[in-house]
Amino acid sequence: MNHLLRPLAPISDSAWELLDGEARQRLTPALAARRLVDLSGPHGWQHSATNLGRTQALSSAPEQGVAGARRRVLALAELRADFTVSVAELRDHDRGAPDVDLDALDQAAHRIAVAENVAVFHGWAEAEITGIADASPHASKPLGEHPESYPRAVAGAVELLLCSGVGGPYGMALGRDQYRRVVETDEHGGHLLLDHLRKILDGPIVWAPGVHGAVVLSLRGGDFIYDCGQDLSIGYRHHDADTVHLYIEESFSFLAATPDAAVALTA
Amino acid sequence: MGFDQYHEPPHELPANTRTFARLCASLTEEAEAIGWYEQRLAVEGDPEALAIMRDAQGEEFKHFSMDLEFLLRRTPLWREIARGILFQPGDIVERGEASEARATGGGERDDASASDDRSGSLGIGGDAGSAR
Repeated sequence: MNHLLRPLAPISDSAWELLDGEARQRLTPALAARRLVDLSGPHGWQHSATNLGRTQALSSAPEQGVAGARRRVLALAELRADFTVSVAELRDHDRGAPDVDLDALDQAAHRIAVAENVAVFHGWAEAEITGIADASPHASKPLGEHPESYPRAVAGAVELLLCSGVGGPYGMALGRDQYRRVVETDEHGGHLLLDHLRKILDGPIVWAPGVHGAVVLSLRGGDFIYDCGQDLSIGYRHHDADTVHLYIEESFSFLAATPDAAVALTA
Repeated sequence: MGFDQYHEPPHELPANTRTFARLCASLTEEAEAIGWYEQRLAVEGDPEALAIMRDAQGEEFKHFSMDLEFLLRRTPLWREIARGILFQPGDIVERGEASEARATGGGERDDASASDDRSGSLGIGGDAGSAR
């Protein structure tokens, strides 16, 4: 048994499969950051820090004539979203019910996916994570109020990256409102705005709940590193006669190794 | 330069999936080279040539093993299944079936505490990109 304590839960193998499958299904579409940055790992729950390869000089040393320095590392952060499942619903699943109520799990999955996106794209100060948008030295450009203005803004961002010597292909994380506007808009001649933007980027456009506006970034690799400790997993807290208390958890750090490989476009 | 390792349009694939595909292609090439050296060693009669080819095949063993370890580290489920097969005594097929059943939680189980040996990971990793 590991730290997730799953064997202690009053949950059958079949019900665990149901919960894991439901979580996977709900998480996958919303995990925008992982589609656009490099993922290192998973390195496991005991992985606690990302090596930065840098030191901090120390003003003192234990002995005269000796210099001291301290390694700098980026500590991994943990995200956890609690949820509950009804014992009765789990028993009904074991009887073959096809419509088990897993709303709380769905909401927890969405919350933790959004949290991951926000941390990677906009940062998480207390966890010492600088997001891609904040790390970029390029001034943020407005995406524009109307979707018709998006191609100009995105082309401008791509051109800015090219001028900085950052090659493509490029991808774009789009906030919920902006994504909806893009997919429901067609331009003159009936061409989908989505296809037009993909051609400009030469890469994917990703639905990114939690992102404000949009972020255009290079997908050439090596620029943005998501260091995964424990990948998203469901663990057990406690239960009573009616309810099982569970959680979704992950540990990670994020590092913008080449901050100028991205441009933020504000809403 | 070819891009045969990609089954889907490369520009639609995230960077980590492209890396994964490259290492899969590399793994295949190393296995192919090991097989070729095995055949050459079987027919070569010159001791000096044999020594060189044995040394070269050893390099391929190393490359194959490094590729495999990389891929296993990036793929928790694959790693979990491999853990029950690699370096284990006994019938390989039986080991394989049992290991798959343990890792996936499906099929026939040989113990009552089925979830004890599961890591609990949802195994998403960088696979979120596959839904694009």
